[in-house]
Amino acid sequence: MELTGLFFYAVSLLILGGIYAILCLALNVQWGMGGLFNAGIAGFYGVGAYTSAILTTPASSKHLGGFGLPVPLGLIGAAILAGLAGWAVAKICVRLKSDYLAMASIGIAEILRLVIVNESWLTNGSLGLSRIPRPLADLTTGRMGDVVFLGFVWFVVLLVYLAASRLHDSPWGRSLRAIRDNEASAAATGKDVEKFRIQTFVIGCAIMGIGGALSAHYFRFLSPTATDPLLVTFLVWVMLMAGGSGNNRGAILGALTIWTLWSVTEIFTNRLPPEWATRSSFIRMLLVGLLLQVVLQRFRSGLLPEKSPPVKFRKE
Amino acid sequence: MIELEKICVDFGGLRAIDHASFKIGAGRITGLIGPNGAGKTTAFNVIAGAIRPSAGRVLLDGKDITSLKPHQRAKAGLARTFQIPHEFGHLSVLENLMASASAPEGENVFNVIFRRGHYESEERQIYETARDTVHLLELDHVIDEKAGNLSGGQKKLVELGRALMRNPKIILLDEIGAGINRTLLSKLADKILMLNRERGLTFCLIEHDLDYVSKLCDHVLVMAQGTLLTEGSVDEVRNDERVIEAYFGGGKYEAQL
Repeated sequence: MELTGLFFYAVSLLILGGIYAILCLALNVQWGMGGLFNAGIAGFYGVGAYTSAILTTPASSKHLGGFGLPVPLGLIGAAILAGLAGWAVAKICVRLKSDYLAMASIGIAEILRLVIVNESWLTNGSLGLSRIPRPLADLTTGRMGDVVFLGFVWFVVLLVYLAASRLHDSPWGRSLRAIRDNEASAAATGKDVEKFRIQTFVIGCAIMGIGGALSAHYFRFLSPTATDPLLVTFLVWVMLMAGGSGNNRGAILGALTIWTLWSVTEIFTNRLPPEWATRSSFIRMLLVGLLLQVVLQRFRSGLLPEKSPPVKFRKE
Repeated sequence: MIELEKICVDFGGLRAIDHASFKIGAGRITGLIGPNGAGKTTAFNVIAGAIRPSAGRVLLDGKDITSLKPHQRAKAGLARTFQIPHEFGHLSVLENLMASASAPEGENVFNVIFRRGHYESEERQIYETARDTVHLLELDHVIDEKAGNLSGGQKKLVELGRALMRNPKIILLDEIGAGINRTLLSKLADKILMLNRERGLTFCLIEHDLDYVSKLCDHVLVMAQGTLLTEGSVDEVRNDERVIEAYFGGGKYEAQL
């Protein structure tokens, strides 16, 4: 009994770890390669989560749809809509220098969250969406469903990782990293800085949308609290910094490491005296901040630092 | 050939360039000299498109490029280096050069994810050009080093290498000699002369060391207070009263420039 409990704890840890890995890979495209300071991850994550939920749930009178579509279509829809949201934001904000882009994106994420809370015809407001299906749900019953979902999540992680690696190792990624390092001289060597940045922002946001969609399918229920910036935006930033900004494997490793640490803190916060228990979420927020400080001061380049891809060609 | 027509640039209330007009002849090595604050770097920024002039036109081979952005001008054949090195610090020397090449197939996101074969031959070409350029600049021993870790002089060489990668018509060199030791500097001069003769590359360089200018340039433009003071051969401008006055003020001193 003890062992099966531990096994399913590990499964749930790895499912959420996988979803965070996707978000972290997305942020790595934007920040690690592109130097774009997106502090509104939660917003694009929310757009993806709600899009996929609305597309895949059975018809309901409480919110738009649902359209009862298969889950993979939900994920594709999530990527497209989050990407479109990213495009709109990028068109307006991408010329901003990094710290100003951070402020703008925080604001935009908050706007998206308020839209989700208030437009109840679309999202059922704070009551949330329920009966969100899982992919491949017919394969098994009961708790084994989590194991199937774990496989599904990590299959998506693999696809995102492959795409992100190709982006990183390509001439496109090289030019993007050049723009990140020095915008003026990249422009002087003929790089259309704005076009690269818009592409980068859209790709990152689309992947964030997929991450959001997967979390909606995992929990089967979605309400505005899911787009909490602490759990989405800031935790993902800590993960990328710890793992190694600019390194895709570092992004995955950072996500798994920090998510494990984060989950372990739950064991302690659950044992706090009752009068502290209500404050546990604030204590964890403090811990995230401390963790980010330690990482930034001590391990600036992360567990797996950025490195240049080798130049290699296929044989003639 | 580059032509500036009655260019004005204002920074707030300060007029950095005041109705300056001059030409940079094709196939030549032109020097741009003048005291600090004369507007030399600003003129380069206007030519490269980094600064939009408040009045006047910039022509490249007779075509008006005043409204083009920096990256469009680079595509039209203009290359430049910066006064303070602007290297891509986290990229290796090789990557610095490769990233500066034109790569239409390899910079297409769709190709990159789904059709990697499409940019293979283009990339091979870029790689070979980059290696040759690294060799030309004698940077072989630091080819895999991150550019951010190089010395000031090596960074300047990387800048020149990046400028060469696009096979430009004209290269603007902003104080390429500053911070470079004498030996390297004279080597660099040989390379510039060689590129000019063998590839027919046009150069325009900002330089304070007049001996260096006289070694390289067949034509010198002198700027002072935001406008063209005079132009001519090095010896002509060296002995020009107005040039001496601009550098030292008053013109009372028998200055040896």
